[in-house]
Amino acid sequence: MNIEALSLLEQLMLVLASLVLFTSFVLLEQTRLVAAIHAFAWQGVLIAAVTTVTALTNDLPHLLFSALLTMALKALLIPRMLHRLVRRLQLDRDVEPLRRPALTTLAAVALVIFSCWLVLPIVRAELIFTRNIVAVSLAVVLIGMLMMVVRRQAVAQVLGFMSMENGLFLAAVSATGGMPLVVELGVAFDVLVAMVLFGVFFFHIRESIDSLDVDRLNRLTEMGEEKV
Amino acid sequence: MTALLLTVFTPLAGAALLAWLRRLTPSGWANVGVSVLTFFATVILALQVARDGVVAGAGFRVDALNVYLLVLTAFVGMTTAIFSRPYMRHVVESGKVSERGLRLYHTMFQVFLFTMQLALSSDNLGVLWVAVEGATLATVLLVSLYRTPEAVEAAWKYFILCGVGIALALFGTVLLYFAAQHVVPESEGGLTWSTLYARSSSLEPAIMSLAFVFLLVGYGTKVGLVPMHQWLPDAHSEGPTPMSAVLSGLLLNVALYALLRLKMLVDGALSTTSNAHLPGYLMMGFGLVSFLVAGLFLHRQRDIKRMFSYSSIEHMGLMTFAFGLGGPLATFGGLLHMMVHSLTKSAIFVTAGHAAHIAGTQSIERIRGLIRTQPAVGWSLLIGVVAISGFPPFGVFASEFLLLTATMQAQPWFTVALLVGLAVAFAGLFRHIHPMVYGAAPAAQRPVRANMVPVTVHLALVLWLGLAIPGFLARWLDRATELITGMHWL
Repeated sequence: MNIEALSLLEQLMLVLASLVLFTSFVLLEQTRLVAAIHAFAWQGVLIAAVTTVTALTNDLPHLLFSALLTMALKALLIPRMLHRLVRRLQLDRDVEPLRRPALTTLAAVALVIFSCWLVLPIVRAELIFTRNIVAVSLAVVLIGMLMMVVRRQAVAQVLGFMSMENGLFLAAVSATGGMPLVVELGVAFDVLVAMVLFGVFFFHIRESIDSLDVDRLNRLTEMGEEKV
Repeated sequence: MTALLLTVFTPLAGAALLAWLRRLTPSGWANVGVSVLTFFATVILALQVARDGVVAGAGFRVDALNVYLLVLTAFVGMTTAIFSRPYMRHVVESGKVSERGLRLYHTMFQVFLFTMQLALSSDNLGVLWVAVEGATLATVLLVSLYRTPEAVEAAWKYFILCGVGIALALFGTVLLYFAAQHVVPESEGGLTWSTLYARSSSLEPAIMSLAFVFLLVGYGTKVGLVPMHQWLPDAHSEGPTPMSAVLSGLLLNVALYALLRLKMLVDGALSTTSNAHLPGYLMMGFGLVSFLVAGLFLHRQRDIKRMFSYSSIEHMGLMTFAFGLGGPLATFGGLLHMMVHSLTKSAIFVTAGHAAHIAGTQSIERIRGLIRTQPAVGWSLLIGVVAISGFPPFGVFASEFLLLTATMQAQPWFTVALLVGLAVAFAGLFRHIHPMVYGAAPAAQRPVRANMVPVTVHLALVLWLGLAIPGFLARWLDRATELITGMHWL
């Protein structure tokens, strides 16, 4: 792909998409919960920005509405809800020690390379530009998944989950110019409900194991435990 | 059209009503009433589909394939609602759940049925995704209804694993839409299954195969395919029994239905390329592994509901294998198996719930002498297990026999694996079931108030399907087979 051949707006889109990927790395390594929530909010802002740029370059006015929806949901509402939950659970000074941070970063880098490799079969000329953004969004999805695997703190896992959702949205916007409106609204509704339920579960988990370290949710094993 | 809208939206209206009803007795009956209404609407819809072939409009589309699942869903929903009324009453009286918890249970039960009907009847693959995710959200609070540490853990696992899985399915859907944009110019049609199916041969094969991998892993998580099955035994064993019955009997089916529809699209796109059988082979592989692994795990279980959830994984694996194999015979067998498995497995979960109430525990080692204590429960459990293990004259035997014949024709070597798997699973179930139903009962064990009508009806239907599949049903399944494979079997 020849960078100079792209229009300025397209170049801006690439820059923004890579910044989204960068926030994914920040999110993965950030041990302080409040800072991680801020990183997540910035990711939401960047995605809203990508959406706006796409709307302008491809002349897709309905994407402006999506951008607004993302901004409201991913950059404002969900971070605010998480913030309140963290304060109510008194976790605002919580620092979760990362196990093997270097290895985790390397794994994330490997995931990025894997995503780039995965989209190589898409060779049709008019899809080359989109291909890169699909790779970036797939990497964001996979890093979100990695985050859910390596982090033990329930709130951090939810952040991973939500950033996966961000990656999916990025893919939908950049590759396809946004899903049909009914689907987009449905997905947004599901995400919002999921967030509310996660909030409920934080309290349930803390009630049952007295912490939010989900590694300690280990009563159910393959052998089945004795129950009375 | 009216019947279609009633089929889908009656449960939603019911959920609103049940959220508002505070008192215990009326809400139990209202739950039954709404489910019965939904079932009648679905039957009328089925008659219309039988007359016209396809009922479509407003983004919905019901043809021979999904109408049969719609009827099955509404039927199992109805019988489970009938069972759950006295059962949940017992649970509330024993103090495990508050009255508010019961209200949540009734509301979410109907919301769950709504998402199932929506997923089945929608023509839009995006809405299908939203509905399947909605089903997770509706049931996750029910899995943790008892609020024990185990239940909370099971629900968290269910939430996270299914959330991740379903996110991958959404990525697959986005890729599908991406491929569709170069074929279907208008943006609304890009996710409409019927539009895509009509033009599936011109979809870009490279993107479609990539999309299918994501869709298979995503929806496969919900089907309970190994190795993404980890949530399933936990959610089934810790949630209230009616929930286990509908999760196993309905949710897994709907996820498999989604896979089946998507496979039809991808098959069309890949038909002219060198790896035309990729989706089929992938499904066969995942299906066979799930089938064999779950059969082995059956032997190690100590919890009765956990054991039966492994049996569900085993059967879902078998169906996935069948649909992967393709061809009219295997597809017909797979569709029949979907039906008999749903009926039998929900009956078994209901009976296992009663058994757990009798013994006061779900631990297999402490459930003893069921036939002595309460013959109805003991015999139902025994007959249910006989049926699910694939003994004649039950319907599961008929469908498994068809599947084995189809495998023998297409891939003879796999027949050996299937037979070994069936034997292993049978042994695993019976070594646990035998001491539970026979033998002396503990002295303090008393019968419980049990409503065995749903179980009897389900098992009688399975028996009927095994002895003689009624002509209209056979033609119906045959039309669905024709829709999927393009060929009649009958």
